[in-house]
Amino acid sequence: MQAKQRYILLFLSCAFLALCYFGGYRLKGLFPDRGRHWPSLDCYMDSEELMEHRSFWSLPPKQRQEEAKANTVREQCRMETCFDFSKCVSGFKVYIHPVEEMVAMSSTYRKILNVITESRYHTTDASQACLFILGLDTLDRDSLSSDYVRGMQSKLNSLPHWNGGQNHIIFNFYSGTWPDYTEDLGMDIGRAILAKASISVQNYRPSFDISLPLVHKEHLERGGDILPVYAENIPAASKSYLLAFKGKRYVYGIGSETRNSLYHLHNSRDVIMVTTCKHGKSWKELKDERCEEDNAEYDRYDYEVLLHNSTFCLVPRGRRLGSFRFIEVLQAGCIPVLLSNNWVIPFSEIIDWKTSAIWADERLLLQVPDIVRSIEAERVMALRQQSQLLWHMYFSSIDRIIFTTLEIVLQRIQQHLWRDGRVWNSFPGGLVTLPYYADTPSRLPWNQQSSASAAALVTGGQKDKNASQFTAVIYSQHQTGSPFVPATSSGPLLHLLRVVSRSQHVARIVVVWASDAPKPPPSRWPSLTRGIPLHIVVPQQKQNIGERFRPLDLIETDAVFSLDEDATLTTDEIDFAFHVWRHFPERIVGFPARTHYWDDTKGQWGYTSKWTNEYSMVLTGAAIYHRYYHMLYTDWLGPLLHKTVDQSRNCEDILINFLVSHVTRQPPIKVSQRKQYKNSNLSTVTSRSPWNDPDHFLQRQTCLNTFVALFGYMPLIRSAVRFDPVLFKDPVSNLRKKYRQMESRKYATQKKILPSDPVSCWVGEERKGVPIR
Amino acid sequence: MRGNCPKLFTVFTENSSSFANRTSITLNFRHFFLGFAYILLFICLALSIILWIPLHTHQTQVPSVLFDRASLDHLPELVVLNNSLPLPTQKNCTYYTCFDVYKCSHTHSGKIGVYVYPVVEFVDKDKVPITRKITLEFYNILKAITKSVYFTSDPNEACLFIPTIDLLNQNRIRPKDVGKALTSLPYWNDGRNHLIFNILPGSMPEYYPFLEVDIGYAMMTSGGFSSLTYRSGFDVSVPIYSPLAGEAAELRKQNFQDRKWLVISSQPNIHEDFREVISEMAAEHPKFLVLNSCASSPLDPRLRCRDEEIYNFPDILLNATFCLVVRGARLGQPALSESLAAGCIPVVVSDSYVLPYAEVIDWKSAVLQLYEDDLSKIMDLLQCVSSDRISEMRRKGNWIYTRYFSSMERIALTTLRIVNDRVFPHIGRSYSDWNDPDERHLACNTFALPIGPPRSQGFTAVVLTYDRLESLFHVLERISKAPSLAKIVIVWNNQFRDPPPISSWPRLPKPLQIVRTKRNQLSNRFYPFPEIETEAILAMDDDIIMLTTDELEFGFEVWRQFPDRIVGFPSRTHVWDGPNNRWKYESEWTNNVSMVLTGAAFYHRVYNYYYSSAMPGDIKSWVDDHMNCEDIAMNFLVANLTGKAPIKVAPRKKFKCPECVNADLLSVDLSDMTAHMAERSECINRFAHIYGRLPLRSVEFRADPVLFKDNLPDAFKRFNEIGSL
Repeated sequence: MQAKQRYILLFLSCAFLALCYFGGYRLKGLFPDRGRHWPSLDCYMDSEELMEHRSFWSLPPKQRQEEAKANTVREQCRMETCFDFSKCVSGFKVYIHPVEEMVAMSSTYRKILNVITESRYHTTDASQACLFILGLDTLDRDSLSSDYVRGMQSKLNSLPHWNGGQNHIIFNFYSGTWPDYTEDLGMDIGRAILAKASISVQNYRPSFDISLPLVHKEHLERGGDILPVYAENIPAASKSYLLAFKGKRYVYGIGSETRNSLYHLHNSRDVIMVTTCKHGKSWKELKDERCEEDNAEYDRYDYEVLLHNSTFCLVPRGRRLGSFRFIEVLQAGCIPVLLSNNWVIPFSEIIDWKTSAIWADERLLLQVPDIVRSIEAERVMALRQQSQLLWHMYFSSIDRIIFTTLEIVLQRIQQHLWRDGRVWNSFPGGLVTLPYYADTPSRLPWNQQSSASAAALVTGGQKDKNASQFTAVIYSQHQTGSPFVPATSSGPLLHLLRVVSRSQHVARIVVVWASDAPKPPPSRWPSLTRGIPLHIVVPQQKQNIGERFRPLDLIETDAVFSLDEDATLTTDEIDFAFHVWRHFPERIVGFPARTHYWDDTKGQWGYTSKWTNEYSMVLTGAAIYHRYYHMLYTDWLGPLLHKTVDQSRNCEDILINFLVSHVTRQPPIKVSQRKQYKNSNLSTVTSRSPWNDPDHFLQRQTCLNTFVALFGYMPLIRSAVRFDPVLFKDPVSNLRKKYRQMESRKYATQKKILPSDPVSCWVGEERKGVPIR
Repeated sequence: MRGNCPKLFTVFTENSSSFANRTSITLNFRHFFLGFAYILLFICLALSIILWIPLHTHQTQVPSVLFDRASLDHLPELVVLNNSLPLPTQKNCTYYTCFDVYKCSHTHSGKIGVYVYPVVEFVDKDKVPITRKITLEFYNILKAITKSVYFTSDPNEACLFIPTIDLLNQNRIRPKDVGKALTSLPYWNDGRNHLIFNILPGSMPEYYPFLEVDIGYAMMTSGGFSSLTYRSGFDVSVPIYSPLAGEAAELRKQNFQDRKWLVISSQPNIHEDFREVISEMAAEHPKFLVLNSCASSPLDPRLRCRDEEIYNFPDILLNATFCLVVRGARLGQPALSESLAAGCIPVVVSDSYVLPYAEVIDWKSAVLQLYEDDLSKIMDLLQCVSSDRISEMRRKGNWIYTRYFSSMERIALTTLRIVNDRVFPHIGRSYSDWNDPDERHLACNTFALPIGPPRSQGFTAVVLTYDRLESLFHVLERISKAPSLAKIVIVWNNQFRDPPPISSWPRLPKPLQIVRTKRNQLSNRFYPFPEIETEAILAMDDDIIMLTTDELEFGFEVWRQFPDRIVGFPSRTHVWDGPNNRWKYESEWTNNVSMVLTGAAFYHRVYNYYYSSAMPGDIKSWVDDHMNCEDIAMNFLVANLTGKAPIKVAPRKKFKCPECVNADLLSVDLSDMTAHMAERSECINRFAHIYGRLPLRSVEFRADPVLFKDNLPDAFKRFNEIGSL
């Protein structure tokens, strides 16, 4: 027994020692740092280098820069060497060289010039201009094409402001020709910025050139609404095809390989890849053995149907790197699968395509179906949404494409501006974000809510104050000889001042004095409760009705409560509207609602103030909105829109509704209001009232149709929703309700004060119909 | 595997201790020790074997030469042959032309395989090393790569090769010989699929912004690319690592100093051209501090001087809001990392410099960039920057620093990640993954577009039922009259009873599907059933029989305008119960709405995914256990994701106590009722605790049709039966 135990002990000890001896070194790996000699390693940068002690300059930076500016060759152009910033100090204006009538111009280039001419960027004074655009069509530089303009070089050199191409943008869609399709334009563009479709990584000068999408001749000049595309093409259920492509293949030559091998992927179930050899005149001579079969399969599928019913759509290269597919696929609500190696995808400088497209590699063509299949459903949904969003914001019409191009250049000129990827890649995008309004995106109306909820607890002080209060802007526009005497004890303006000043949320009242009568002296204005400051502002151009939307420094709060002087509101209504607005800061929230409708008999848009079940505008006679819209209205809208308003001295409230709907793609919000009519019988609603001046309506209707033409589409959206206080007209005691004035009849008696009491629900706009003499 | 070790260990000890007990009782003192020795030895043996097994498998992956820093002292030497002719660096390379993707295509894991050559010392034929000794930074890079998920020790599986010649600083190498040494690597293949790590390119006097070594088709990282030498999508621009940055980051954690200076220019030896401009500005602006190296000790990186005043570096950076990063002889400057680490917003003035990781990082929101020509305008610009933007940029800069810059390990892994994203772009990280400190939610993507789905899509009614057939049929008949209803999905939560045969269901004009569940849980009503094909879901209790068609249609209309919110009929609110210091659930007629109960509410189906898979804490299981508060949980979830309030539609009706339904309290007893309400108050407090805050937002409005209660004949109104009982 003892001996046995000893043997066991001995054996175990031996086994342990053996294990330590043979395998023990492996245990060291567990504690590599312990008890080892560590060789001391140098730092890759010694202190001399860190301090740049021996730093040596072969050329002083100033001199080097001068030399670079003078000697840079075309391939090495960058903003700092080839662009003259000094021309842009006075503003970002674009000058278009005179168009030679004799030289043919493609319809697309004409559209581009139109869009710029009518935009806020345009100037006719070359000395004011920062950017120059050619009046010569450079879109098609394929020398075999019919649109090719010959003798371009000499034409360029004779231009008065050409200046070696400095500060010019050259737009181009096609370059090079059969057989190699190089990216050579067949002319020396010198130092000009090249905005080009099908640009390759090798030829792209980063931060200098711009990659454009290739667009059809039929592409919309302006407008391009999101809605129809969205409605048809984003069903919740998955589409019938997974991946689709239908197009030509070239059989041989540059760029033909990819499309020639697509048939490998075709399975006629969920992956549809159909090609045809038919193109050009002499395709039959060059056809290969697959052509017959392919052509037969090709005819089985309809292009449009295929695109609209496929989740992913292939965007392979053609002869050139970019193809029409890109735009078509986006337009059809399909997720692009890019198959074009070395292509600089359009606007990649600002757009994050990873969230809206799938990259494939031409070399790994056969993996494409597997890659596409591996994408989970939620991501498909997100990709589809994001690609639709980008399509809407930057590609849906020529004006968006061109403005994006210009804004990219502007962003390069002012490098410090803050419009980052978050702004460009989320709704409503960089085009409607004026970088000088504020320097963080959180100050914009559409970001306010999310940032407010995230940072509600940490911020304080001025910012909170700006968010929790509003500035009342009262527009006073009385004609001379009107019975209104502003500073007597009564009068609608004074009454309104009193009502507004009773609100808990008002920070300041600004009266825009557009009346021809002289401004009453300060002593005649009443002093308001709680010391609320009252400012009287006289616009420079009184007759200019758009002055009421001028961004004033006096307006410090985010919310602007725009009021006509004869608005009859109660304090409760004002407070309630402000409460609603704080939850929808990107919209116009207000009382007087109007709607538009399509008048089929006249074939144009109609405007009505009748009581309908829907509305699409809330007039600024009593509405609250974000002050950013003042800046957009004044600075962002094109000159023709302003001109329409100025000439008609009307419609400015319609225009701001167009603007906000265009930017947010959302309807305004109407909140409930005590009704201000004397006899509540049917006749007031359906029959014409005496003030219901037909001329006036006609004018507004004309405005409406002009705006639609200038925007390129009808941006207004209808809504059937009105917001009421939670217990509005509920059968509970009035004492339990917070906004009591909104339903009690007692307060309605105040309307007696009004000398010209409106007969119907609202009177604000109609006053303007009276021609001003 | 190592995670298992402690478990096994305890098993053994338990067995052996019972064995020990037995022996110690029966045998004498000596035997006890003997037995004890047995056990000890046995444990040791077992432990060694257990540890040996994982190490054994692990061992094959890591070449000892890399894992062991000690061996760096005496590396095997390799003579560089003089006759090899290196291929010059290909300036026009792109990922598609110079990178052999077929080497990577066989991996389905979505991870590139990275092979690291064994470390050897290259010497010329006179036995003189062609590079100086390997540096700590390069050693850290290699260590990080070998420990990363990308590492493979099999060169045949590898897609990317890392040469182990330390090329971080061009001044430490002999470029010609290095080019030859590279060609002698066994898998060199003219540099295809090789990644060369470099940080400081160029040398005196030109400081060319590219490593002047012939690397053929190889990719390169560098800290000083100019946009003329950077091969976009092929090379990787990396930060200039500075050990002082780490110190600054540490200092920043310790103290929050007042940032006294607006701008600091701390770089030593800025060129006279720039220094002139800077000094001129500093003379005008008292909040501009310009530092230089100290005359007394010009080589001490920890000291900076303004004339006679001496400042500690990098401590001084913590006292400034903005830090100037001006180009030196090289384009990239270590001051960028240092100021980011110190929370000082860099103002980069370096024309054509490609900022670190410019391919993926959006620098606009973390640094200010200016052209060299505009250097003199800098003060005007900086004084206009709002405090909001300063704090935003500082937060972002700090995030970028800690995530991508803070150690050589992170720099190496970020680089590999970028290369990996190029090879597998479809699973690559997006802009927000790379740039957004806040976690991005799917919800943001779902509601990227400003408008809801079209009316024609309709909505799906999801009705949870247990056994109240009569009332259920009544509900179905009512809601099926709504024109926008696309489909009805019945969630049959009763496992003990089959749903009645089709013949006994009412005849409905709309399709109806019955889904049977495995367990009677309240969460089933929020399960993302594939049967739900529309984006809009109408959640209904099986006893809400008072809703009219007009109300349903109008509710759907409102939801389409606000698809990211819960839009529904019965509303509740929460109030702060001051005396008890807790939240209270309120179902009285109040002026506020902060919750809309899912007894009758529209919401987007994406929230079903969130409810089932992404609800924080144990809310879901708690709800299932207590058979209550699933509607409160849903309101918390949506409010937390969107930060928005729900929308109540139409005036209040006498709903038959929707809360009671869930608990199946068919006989509403007063005491039961109060207990029930108390439990729901408890829910609010519990959920608020789990979320860390109360996400609910309260509003004072509800949605009504435009002409609601207006004095008009009904014929003019689209929705008439609103609020009628």
